[in-house]
Amino acid sequence: MPKVKIPTPLRKLTKEQAEVDANGSTIRDIVDDLEKQFPGFKERMCDENGDLRRFVNVYVGEEDIRFLNGLDTEIPDGESVSIIPAVAGG
Amino acid sequence: MSDFTDEQVNRYARHIILPEVGGAGQRKLLDASVLIVGAGGLGSAVAMYLAAAGVGRIGLADHDAVDLTNLQRQILHTTADVGRPKTVSGAETINAINPGVDVVTIDARLDSSNASDAIAGFDLVVDGSDNFPTRYLLNDACYLAVKPLVSGAIFQYEGQVTTFNGGRPCYRCLFPSPPAPGTVPNCAQAGVFGALAGTIGTIQATEAIKLICGIGTPLVGFLLLYDALEVRFNRVRVTRDEACPLCGSSPEIMRLIDYEEFCSR
Repeated sequence: MPKVKIPTPLRKLTKEQAEVDANGSTIRDIVDDLEKQFPGFKERMCDENGDLRRFVNVYVGEEDIRFLNGLDTEIPDGESVSIIPAVAGG
Repeated sequence: MSDFTDEQVNRYARHIILPEVGGAGQRKLLDASVLIVGAGGLGSAVAMYLAAAGVGRIGLADHDAVDLTNLQRQILHTTADVGRPKTVSGAETINAINPGVDVVTIDARLDSSNASDAIAGFDLVVDGSDNFPTRYLLNDACYLAVKPLVSGAIFQYEGQVTTFNGGRPCYRCLFPSPPAPGTVPNCAQAGVFGALAGTIGTIQATEAIKLICGIGTPLVGFLLLYDALEVRFNRVRVTRDEACPLCGSSPEIMRLIDYEEFCSR
């Protein structure tokens, strides 16, 4: 079961957990499972067309899924998933 | 060592003795110019370390006055500075640390009309701004001018740092466009852990000093992430995006853009 790193802005939804387990073999599965576990999660990550929002990146290991297979990117065994939104504070 | 004054030899002794920096690196620092955009939490740490390192000319761009709520993290300013322009207070602190630094202040908000002029004449730019419009503006201006940009950002307990070398990839390869107004809370609404600004700003200063001296490996092509609550560093790849609207194979952005201000205090 892949471990998903949750960024600070989304931790309100995950009861302040920085890392959660999610079921699925692709990022799409993971997002759906996170929505089941934490209602409201998907809307923070995806737009109304179901595409990843342009200021939220998802990485499998070190790699940005936009340069892999997008939401259909498979998650290799033991690889972790990181969700990283753009932040602007200074 | 003849081109250093006795005072400089003593002041910079701990850098000069490092084999990688040495007298040659210190000379590069003394001859270098860096524009710091934002004299806030990140800019404070950047400005103080670059001043201490002897960067010859430091530009400080900010249009705000010091507010009491800034002092929890903006260590460039003191209680006595509340109400004063941040550039003025910042310049004083820089020169108190190192009178040898020539400080150039830009007391204006950067936008498409003045950003290119502001960065011209500086060897590199450090982004310590507090809003998305300025981040995209600086990225575009630095890419178009082929100028290195050390980018840092913080939110609550989390920080991000990366270095763009004036080429590809750029910030838009990482995040193609800014969030829509109102979709992302800002620091004033969400809070920010004060010491985090020092951690991230200090990494930005480290990157700037390395770039100037030409030592080590810059954080080009990687985004460094720091989670202060979990004390965890993580690194992900910043990939060149062929579809990038600025630096991709068919660029759409040829001049600077003013995005709607939506993350101001």
